[in-house]
Amino acid sequence: MPIIISDSQVVRDFVQKVEEISGEKFSKCMQCGTCSGICPMGAEMQLSPRHTVLMTKFGQKDRLLDSNTVWLCASCHSCLVRCPRGLDLPKVMEAIRQITLRTNENYLEPFEIPDELLEDLPPIAMVSCFRKHTA
Amino acid sequence: MTLGYYPGCTLKSHARNLEDSAIEALKVLGVETVELERWNCCGAVYSLADDDLIHQLAPVRDLIRAKDMGLDKVMTLCSMCYNTLARANLLMRNDEAKRKTLNDFMEEESDYAGEVEVIHLLQFLKNDIGWDKLKAAVKVPLKDLNLSPYYGCTLTRPLEVSIDEAVSPTIFKEFIEALGGTYIHSDHSAECCSSYQMISNPEAAIEAASKVVRSAEDQGADALALSCPLCEYNLGKRQVDILKKHDDLKPLPTFYFSQLLAVALGVDPLICRFELNPTASLELLEEKGVVEKVSA
Repeated sequence: MPIIISDSQVVRDFVQKVEEISGEKFSKCMQCGTCSGICPMGAEMQLSPRHTVLMTKFGQKDRLLDSNTVWLCASCHSCLVRCPRGLDLPKVMEAIRQITLRTNENYLEPFEIPDELLEDLPPIAMVSCFRKHTA
Repeated sequence: MTLGYYPGCTLKSHARNLEDSAIEALKVLGVETVELERWNCCGAVYSLADDDLIHQLAPVRDLIRAKDMGLDKVMTLCSMCYNTLARANLLMRNDEAKRKTLNDFMEEESDYAGEVEVIHLLQFLKNDIGWDKLKAAVKVPLKDLNLSPYYGCTLTRPLEVSIDEAVSPTIFKEFIEALGGTYIHSDHSAECCSSYQMISNPEAAIEAASKVVRSAEDQGADALALSCPLCEYNLGKRQVDILKKHDDLKPLPTFYFSQLLAVALGVDPLICRFELNPTASLELLEEKGVVEKVSA
């Protein structure tokens, strides 16, 4: 499916912001797709990891924030250890999550976790989930 | 020999089976663990945002506790604690500007520059005890037990904190073989089990976790051996949800690696707290004659 990008959709300071938070330069990426091939959550993602880097490069803030991709990334670092260009994609995913979370918007509402789940949930699950998915 | 030890939050509640069995097993090997004073939660995940230093304070404070106690090394049992502490340690060693900001912020604490070494128990067993010595100490070999190790993500990634070769690690295989067990290879031994996504995105998480169970079962594993309480939650406690969705899978027992170590070294199974594992786990050990049947 062709992707049409008009100038009005490009958010230039988004690119800068993601680079600033992640400390990564997207020019490293050669779009080989190794990250998408290895990602254990890739099948469930609306934008693949490779696609996410491309869309970030093009300043496609709305497409990225509307997709479930960064919220499904569990920072497993499988992509990082295999990336032939050494791009730290987990840091890019974190930066995009942070852009939403820093507007005080939660991805997960802690009070909506069902009581029956809370009973058995180990602290490590809650701490890590709240760190990644709440503002 | 004494060994500095950082437990982390889950080992004092849901994962007592991981902690108690490890401490008793180490005693058998002549190692006394010294728990860090006033330790706090490490934060469970390492902060990946370059401009977020506030979340580095928790793991760094733990490392300062270790330094203040005169320890040169601190051992962890939980994979996520290992990863978070080891990465925060490297940050303090290698990033001069951030080290200064963090030390200045914590003016009440001793300055820290990564002096302590963070290790995981598997590394300690390999490098400080040695597989031959461990093999010689085994009283109840885990014979007839087909064990598939599950490294998960945080023991071997990223490269700079990997406890072994990151893409094809063998440390867990060597551990299982030293205990007399049979190592079962699984293609998913280092694939993510979905981590905290089991709370936020349970459907996708169950799919990811089911692949880990399926891969081990397909290769003929009797059980999974693991080191992370979050992996144990996803693959052990929540296995009931995996089996509901994938009814061709059989129940697969799970063990913390430290429980296997303890029973092999002859520690009383009651100390290993198998009641916190899935029911099938203790039953498997009884069936294989590794522990005596208590239910009979």
